[in-house]
Amino acid sequence: MDFFIDHYNYWVVIFLMMVGLYTVISRGNLIKKIIGLNIFQVSVFFLYISVGTVEGGAAPILTDGIELYSNPLPHVLILTAIVVGVAMTALALALVVRIKESYGTIEEDEIHELDHSL
Amino acid sequence: MENNISLLLVAVPLIAAPVVAVLPRGRLPWAVTLVVTFLCALFASMQLYGVLSGGLISYELGGWAPPWGIEYRIDAVNAFVALIVAGIAAVTLPYALLSVEQEIPEEQIPLFYSAMLLCLTGLLGITQTGDIFNVFVFLEISSLSSYALISLGRKRQALTSAYQYLIMGTVGATFFLIGVGLIYSQTGTLNMQDLAVRLPEVAHFKTVNTGFAFIMIGIALKLALFPLHLWLPNAYTYAPSVVTVFLAATATKVALYVMLRVLFTIFPDSFLLAAHARELFIVAGIASIIIASVYAIYQEDVKRLLAYSSVAQIGYMAMGIGFASATGVTAALIHLFNHSLMKGALFMAVGAIIYRIGACRMRDIHGLGRAMPWTFGAIVIGGLSLIGVPGTAGFISKWYLVAAALEQEAWISVAVILFGSLLAVVYVGKLIEALYFKPVTESGKSVTEAPLMLLAPTWVLVFANIYFGLDTELTVGVAEKAAAILGVVNP
Repeated sequence: MDFFIDHYNYWVVIFLMMVGLYTVISRGNLIKKIIGLNIFQVSVFFLYISVGTVEGGAAPILTDGIELYSNPLPHVLILTAIVVGVAMTALALALVVRIKESYGTIEEDEIHELDHSL
Repeated sequence: MENNISLLLVAVPLIAAPVVAVLPRGRLPWAVTLVVTFLCALFASMQLYGVLSGGLISYELGGWAPPWGIEYRIDAVNAFVALIVAGIAAVTLPYALLSVEQEIPEEQIPLFYSAMLLCLTGLLGITQTGDIFNVFVFLEISSLSSYALISLGRKRQALTSAYQYLIMGTVGATFFLIGVGLIYSQTGTLNMQDLAVRLPEVAHFKTVNTGFAFIMIGIALKLALFPLHLWLPNAYTYAPSVVTVFLAATATKVALYVMLRVLFTIFPDSFLLAAHARELFIVAGIASIIIASVYAIYQEDVKRLLAYSSVAQIGYMAMGIGFASATGVTAALIHLFNHSLMKGALFMAVGAIIYRIGACRMRDIHGLGRAMPWTFGAIVIGGLSLIGVPGTAGFISKWYLVAAALEQEAWISVAVILFGSLLAVVYVGKLIEALYFKPVTESGKSVTEAPLMLLAPTWVLVFANIYFGLDTELTVGVAEKAAAILGVVNP
C-alpha cells in the first residue's frame, strides 16, 4: 500500500497519460483529439516537475537561511516544452479551421468519406 | 573560427526566418532564402573539412561549460549529416522559385520561405547539438514548420495529411520527451557525452530501460520506420513539390542520425535492451523493405509510389543499424547520403511534371517521357540508382549493406536486400513504362519540356548520383570514419 502512496505523483502521471493517449486514439472529432494530445503532454510536464522535487527542499529561489532547494532544471526544461505545446496546439487548431472550411466537417469518418467518394 | 561555424549554421537560418517573413512580396524572400541556404552549405562543408582535418569541434553556448551548459559537439558523424541537410537545401532553393510561384498563393510566399528556413534551422540544430533535450526542441521546430509546409499543398487532402502527421509527430516527440525525462531522473544530466559516462552505472534500472524504450519509439515515429510510417505516404503525396523534395531528402535522415547517436553514443555497449532493439531493427527493416515495396508497386499516384519506396529505403538503413557492425553502420550512413540524392532527384523530376501538367497520377503522365526528355532522363537515372544498378550511388550503399549481412551470415537479410531491389525494378519499371511506352493522352500532346530553372537542380542531383556511384572517397571515407567514432567495430 505504501508503494502506491509514496509514488502518488507517478500514478497521477500515468492516469493522465492514458486518458490523453486514449482520447487521441479513440475520438473521431479533430478538436477532441487535440484536447487528448494536450492532456497527454501535460502528464509529461507533471512527470518532469514532480521528479525535480527534492524532499524537504524549498522552492528554488535564493533566500537567507535555507540550505536545501528543489532542482530547478526540470522546471526550466518544462517551460520550454510548454511553449512547444502551445505552438503545436495553435497550429493544430489553425489546421482544424482550414479543414472545416474546405470539408464542412471536423469528424474524421465524414472527412474520410468525402475524400473517397470523389 | 571553426567553433563559431557550428553555431552560425543554426543561428543564420533562425535569424533569417522572421526577416524573410516580413519582406515584401515578389522574388526578394526567395533571394534572401537562397543566399542563406548557400551560406549554410558553405558553413557545413567548412565544418566537415575542419572535423576531418582537425578532429572534434566543441562550442559552449553562452560560455557555460558542459555538462551544465548546452554544448555543440561536432564530429565526423554530425558534420556529415549537416552537410547533407544544408547541401540538399542549397540545391532545392533554386528549384523552388518557379515551382513555389505556381503552387503557393502569392501572399503566402514570404511565409512559405520563412517556414522553410525554420525547418532548416531545426534539422541543422538536431545535427549540431550535443544536448539531448536540445534535440527535442529542434525536433519540434523542424516538425512544426514541416506540418505548416505540408498543409500548403493544393489539394484539401494536404490539410488532413498535415493534421495526421501533426498528431503522430507530436505523440512521437512527447514519447521522446518522456524517455529523456526518465533518463534524466536517473543520471541528472542531459549532455550526450556525460550521459554515456553515467549510464553504465544505472543501466540495469527499470526506469532507464523504460526511458530507452520511449526514446526508441518516439524517434521511430519521426523516422517513419515500419509499422510507424502511416503519416509519411500522405504527407509526401499532398505536400507542395518543393516541400516533398526537401523533407524526403532530409527529415527522416536526421531522425536516423538521432537513432544512431542514442544507440551507439549514449547507451553503453553492455546495455541489454539496446541489443534487443537492434534485433527489432532488422525485423522492422525486413518488413518495411518487402511490404512498402509491394505497396509502392500498386500505387496510382507517382508521388505516393515514391513515398512508399522511401519507407522501404528507410528499412535498408534500419537494417544497417541492426547489424551493429562497422560495415553495417557505414552502409546505413552511406545509404542515408545516397538516398537523399536519389529521392531528391526523383521528387524534383516529378515536381517538374507537376509544374507542366498539374497532376502526377499514372494515367496523366502517359507518354510524357518523349515530350520531356530531360525530366524523363532524370527519372530513369534516379530510378536506376534506387534499384542499385552498378555505376550509380544506390549500388554503393547496397554493396556495403550486403557485405555487412554476409559478414554476420544473415542469409535472410541478404535475400531480402536482393529481393527488395527486384521489387524496385518493378515499380521503377512501371513508372518508366507509363512515361515512355504508353501512348500519349490527348491533353499530353501540347506538353513541353520543363524550364531550365527546374531541370538544372534536378540534373545536379542526377550527376551527383552518378558521381558518388563512381568516386566513393567522400561518402565511404567519411561514413567509415563516422562509424569508428560511434564506436562500432566488426565482430
